[in-house]
Amino acid sequence: MWEQIRDNQTRSAILVVTMGMLLLMLGALLGYALLGDWSAGLYIALLIWIIMTLVAYFQGDSILLSLANAKKIGPDDLPRLYNVVEEMKIACGLEKMPDIYLIDDPALNAFATGRDKNKTSVAVTSGLMERLNRDELQGVIGHEMSHIKNRDVLLMALCGVLLGAIVILAWYGSRFMLFGGMGGTRRSSGSGGGAAQLIIIVVAIALMILAPIMAQLIYYAISRKREYLADASSALYTRYPEGLASALEKIAASTEPLKSANKATAPMYIMNPFRKQGRAAEDLTSTHPPISERIRILRGMAGQYSLDYYDRAFSSVHKGGGNVIPASTLAGAAALAPAAAAKAAAPAEGIPALTERRRETTDALWKLNDYRPVTCECGMKFKIPPDYAAESFQCPRCGRTNKLS
Amino acid sequence: MFIAGFVIIGIIVLLVVVFIAMYNGLVGLRNQVKNAWAQIDVQLKRRHDLIPNLVESVKGYMQHERGTLEAVTNARASAVKAVDSGVAAQGKAEGELSQALGRLFAVAESYPDLKANQNFLALQEELTSTENKISFARQFYNDSVMKYNNQTQMFPSNIVASMGGFKAGEFFEVTVEAEREAPKVSFS
Repeated sequence: MWEQIRDNQTRSAILVVTMGMLLLMLGALLGYALLGDWSAGLYIALLIWIIMTLVAYFQGDSILLSLANAKKIGPDDLPRLYNVVEEMKIACGLEKMPDIYLIDDPALNAFATGRDKNKTSVAVTSGLMERLNRDELQGVIGHEMSHIKNRDVLLMALCGVLLGAIVILAWYGSRFMLFGGMGGTRRSSGSGGGAAQLIIIVVAIALMILAPIMAQLIYYAISRKREYLADASSALYTRYPEGLASALEKIAASTEPLKSANKATAPMYIMNPFRKQGRAAEDLTSTHPPISERIRILRGMAGQYSLDYYDRAFSSVHKGGGNVIPASTLAGAAALAPAAAAKAAAPAEGIPALTERRRETTDALWKLNDYRPVTCECGMKFKIPPDYAAESFQCPRCGRTNKLS
Repeated sequence: MFIAGFVIIGIIVLLVVVFIAMYNGLVGLRNQVKNAWAQIDVQLKRRHDLIPNLVESVKGYMQHERGTLEAVTNARASAVKAVDSGVAAQGKAEGELSQALGRLFAVAESYPDLKANQNFLALQEELTSTENKISFARQFYNDSVMKYNNQTQMFPSNIVASMGGFKAGEFFEVTVEAEREAPKVSFS
């Protein structure tokens, strides 16, 4: 696991540097083309980058959670969810328990945030809680926890910020060029060098168009790779790839769109919230690998759960198209695979049925919205709204007067 | 002569740096093993604490299953006693406790009243989860021990390990076969 993180760190360093260079180059060229000054553009680009990074680093997770309209829950609100998260926390050896959030949305999705190991959170939709059984939920949470464990969250946040900065800069640059004219360059040009300047302007325009696309492609490629790795780690943590596979199947089958997602936060989710129905081919402009392929790989592991089995299943699905797990990780992990997955034999029992799970989830949602649950002596259950002023109410079934304490 | 001196000093410095890195790596791994064991311990204690409540809430419903209940209580008592008697002995006692619990939940299947009891259902969720946590903690512990042992036995870090007195860690084995077949407590 350390090798995985170290590998991740070098790769993310290279990626961030590449994208950062792209941003600075764009800034410098735009500065020269618009203002006639390399350094001014460079400083503006740098400033945008630094401010956005600081905001993302310190406020990113709370912004994300409030955008998703997520509510924090405690151990007693949804014991099953809390327990599953704690189980996965133990399985991946994370020191601190993540905060758990519930999103009131019938769509099936989940995401993880957190800049470092001491401040992380996992959010799931109420739809996910209702539809998935315990093993499936465990697979999904395992996937999210491995995003935390592999520091994907930080990596994607840094890259997302760079991507955003590049897009912003290119957008404003193009507006200036179109509407502000290019007087600045002509003013500063002074004597001669017209041909060289023209070349620079052409390069600036080309970069302005290409930089956002390039940055996006890098970003998406990295995001897809992290998704495969998270799937593999989830199988390793739960020792049960079928759980995640069948969860992904259920998620793929659901057609509810996630209301609170937007483009910027898409890579954080277990499933791309903007996926089009029926798209199967690997797509360069997608944050997530096609779901059918993710399921095929997980099923291809045939009950085995170690990282090298995932890698083998991956290359058999891809027909020799490269590997996903870093070789340094595999060298250590091969020894960890015992003969058979014990869990495969265990039937999925001890799992509340759909209606029970639905009740459990909606009860938690009522509670999160400050509704008080009251049970009348006749067995009727009531949810008292927070703005209910009177001190008692009459039960419509038996006529008893129930006092509110 | 001068250059040779530098080369020798350079090699010595390099060796010292490598030694320090290996030593610290071993210490880190050993601490991880200790920490992983502490995690198992926490969950085992939690299970020990939950069982009396379970037996209490089940007793009224299961008058005819005294043997099963007693088996659980006895297994718990011997598991509590085995807490400080080493990894192997503790593994055995906890394995027997898991088995006794599994039997109890299997028997509970035939008591519909019990299955409707909210208190029992909450305890059931807690125990399922604790059971899972124990096996996940054990999984992480064994993975950590494997890594630590590899480092203490592989060349060249084994030299550092023998000099620093790093002993191989012990795996937490499940000794009861039945548990290996079904690590999950199953009750629906």
